[in-house]
Parts: sequence; C-alpha cells; structure tokens
Amino acid sequence: MLAKRIIPCLDIKNGRTVKGVNFDNLTDAGDPVELAKKYYAEGADELVLLDISATLEGRETFIDVVRDVAKAIAIPFTVGGGIGSVEQAEKLIRAGADKISINTAAIQKPELIGNLADYFGSQCVVVAIDIMLTEKGWEVVSHAGTKRTGIKALEWAKTCEILGAGEILLTSHTSDGTKRGFATDITRKISQSIGIPLIASGGAGLPEHFAEVLTKGMADAALAAGVFHYDLLSISQVKEYLQSKNIIIRY
Amino acid sequence: MKKIPTVGIVQYGAGNQASIINALGSLSVKSIPIATPSEIGKVDKLIIPGVGHATKAMNELKRSELDEAIRKTNIPLLGICLGMQLLGVRSEEGDTKCLSICDFETVRFNVPLKVPQMGWNKVRLTGNTLFYGLDQEEWFYFVHSYYIPKSSFTIAKCNYGVEFTAAVQHNNFWGVQFHPEKSGKKGLQLLKNFIELC
Repeated sequence: MLAKRIIPCLDIKNGRTVKGVNFDNLTDAGDPVELAKKYYAEGADELVLLDISATLEGRETFIDVVRDVAKAIAIPFTVGGGIGSVEQAEKLIRAGADKISINTAAIQKPELIGNLADYFGSQCVVVAIDIMLTEKGWEVVSHAGTKRTGIKALEWAKTCEILGAGEILLTSHTSDGTKRGFATDITRKISQSIGIPLIASGGAGLPEHFAEVLTKGMADAALAAGVFHYDLLSISQVKEYLQSKNIIIRY
Repeated sequence: MKKIPTVGIVQYGAGNQASIINALGSLSVKSIPIATPSEIGKVDKLIIPGVGHATKAMNELKRSELDEAIRKTNIPLLGICLGMQLLGVRSEEGDTKCLSICDFETVRFNVPLKVPQMGWNKVRLTGNTLFYGLDQEEWFYFVHSYYIPKSSFTIAKCNYGVEFTAAVQHNNFWGVQFHPEKSGKKGLQLLKNFIELC
C-alpha cells in the first residue's frame, strides 16, 4: 500500500527561509539548505520550496538555493512561486527540482499546464489551487490569496487534471494560519472527484488534523509550514500519531 | 585502497538527470554522460535513468546506436523506472518495442486507484546483492503509470492494487521500478551496492 505523505513547506525570500502567518510579520528562519536537511533527517517524505521573493535578484538566488538543496537531500521536492513559463520551469528542473508548482499563472494561461506536462511529463506538474470560503461556496483565489476569481474550486481542480496536471496542491486560505485544522470537506470532495494525487494544505495545528485530512479528507498527502518551523510539532511526532491510528505512513 | 568505479549515465533525451548525478555525487562517485557506443568503454558501470516516454526513449537509443551497444555490454547496468522497463520486450506505453534483454512486458496500471502511483510504497526484497544491508521490507519512492508483472526476473515485489515487479535481475542487468536516488538513505545504500558489489 502506498503511504500517505507528510510534506513540510519552506517559504523562501531572497535566499533565506522566512516564517510568518499569511505573509505578515515575516521573520528570518535561517538557511533553507540547513532546514531542508533537518526535515530530511526527521523523515519528511517530500519538501516544497516556495519562492516569495518579489525581485529578479531574489529569483536568481532561489535557483542557487534549489541547486544546493538538491545536493543536500535524497527525497523529492517541488518548487513554486511566480513560475510563468516553460523556460523558467526548465531552469529550476535543471537545478535539481523534481516537480514544478504553478498557481496564478495557471489561472491566467491554463495552456501552461499542458505545455509543462508535454515538456516534462505530467508527474512534474503540480497545480497549486488556493481557495477561500465565500458566499459562492469554495472559490479559487489568485495572487497569493488576494484576488477572488469567481471560479469554483471543484471545477478548477477537474479542469487542471484534464489539462495535464499530475498533482493538485490545495490550500485553504480560510483555514491557513489558524492551526485549527484543514478544510476537510472540500478536500474530500475534490480528492474523490479527480484521478491524480491531492496534497492538502492550510490549517495544520495538531497531529489529529493530519489524521483527519488524510482519512476523512481522503488527501494523499498533507503539507504544513508554520507548525514545523516553529517546532510546535515535529515530523516524527506527527508520523507516530498517524501510525497509532493505523494510517499507512513511511517510518 | 579500492578504486571507485566511474558510472556512465545513458543519455536518451530524458530531461532531468540532476538527481541521479547528485545522488552519485553524495556517494563520492564520478559519473559521466554516455551519448555514443564508444563512450561505454570509458566506464565501469552503466545507469539508464528513468524519466520520459518509452517511444521517445527507444527512438533516441536507436538513433545513437546505444540500443545495440547496451544489449551487448557485459558491464553491470542498472535501469531505473523507465530505464528498467526498456530492458523488456515491449511496453504498452506507445506500443513500443524495447531492448529485449529480458523476456517481460510493461503494461499500464488498470486498478481503482490514482494513476500515476506517486509516493512511498513498501517493497519486499529478496537476498539479491543489490539489496545488501537492507531489510526484507523497505520503503522506496515511486512515480509511474506503467508496471512490469511478476516474472522469473523479479527480485523484489510491491503492491498497488496489483502485485508488480519492483526490481529485476538478468545476468549483468539490474532494474528498479522505484527511484533509489529519491528514496533517502535506503535508496543511496542500494546505489552504493550497485556500484561496489554488482
């Protein structure tokens, strides 16, 4: 049986890991390579590196970080943040990233999903979908959660699969940063409607939250940043709990 | 002191080889790209890496005439993922005729599960040299939509809705369906075994 995956996410700005809730009050959390090594040693199944640099220099630095992380760990990792073309993706793949995650660019030009899939294979293409609970139900948001799109979450996820996505990274901005649990219901609804793996993100605070989203939510993997950065939880602590609940994980 | 072998990485237009080069680098092993048959003479071991499409891969190997050179080689070779599937007779992926080194075929997963299989699965290992120092059951990282059914070449098995071949051996040819270069310390141990023991 395939194991459920636990995936720490590193937010990287100008080559340094930062931590903060919803991009506010960012504080320096050190060298991303050291943090990646730490998570690798603790049993992370994969990593996600998200570039939140706003400048060209920051983006160039990110490629160096990707290259160094690729040399330091022997587990798969996904990179994302502002990727809008096959050329940009290729630089990051050549630097050693295993998968590319696209978000706002996929909404603006959906053909990018297929272009990336044709070039690198679907298994390399993660579409990150940020969602928010509005009066219209679960709605897709773009630009790091600042703009509403009017697109329904479930419809967009299905479309992404058809266009060639190999995996969906679903982040609930409604629960992100709350540490009160993942958006389990919508996660389940989407996961059982698509034939590709789904990574749930946003809201992790306790080991129980991971268990809930991986069972009731039917997620294939769960991603978290804050709880791991702040050492509120360790990966092994989460995995021990999941194992005690008979959830299949790699240990 | 024992000489560390040089490993050749077979080129067939498959995009990303950074991870296999990095993994070998972390074992202090030198690797060089192999794009023509004559270059095989410079290396002690060969690896066929594993990202891409079967048809494209075979077309490229034929174009460079590496297909014949690989069939004839007697140095240890490890095929990873697609690289293992290419060792067989035929693949359902694009209905592709493969290298025919081993008498097996590659078929698509037809199971009520998400395809590709993406993630860590538990592999049951035999006592093959490739698995020296590993337990009978180990977790490895898989990304694939096609698989090789069990056969007389199978040296490790795994289950994803169906029991399938996780590794093969035939003479100097080894193959693994999973990605040892992405499977943490156990994966690196397997690569080390291939380099030092096979």
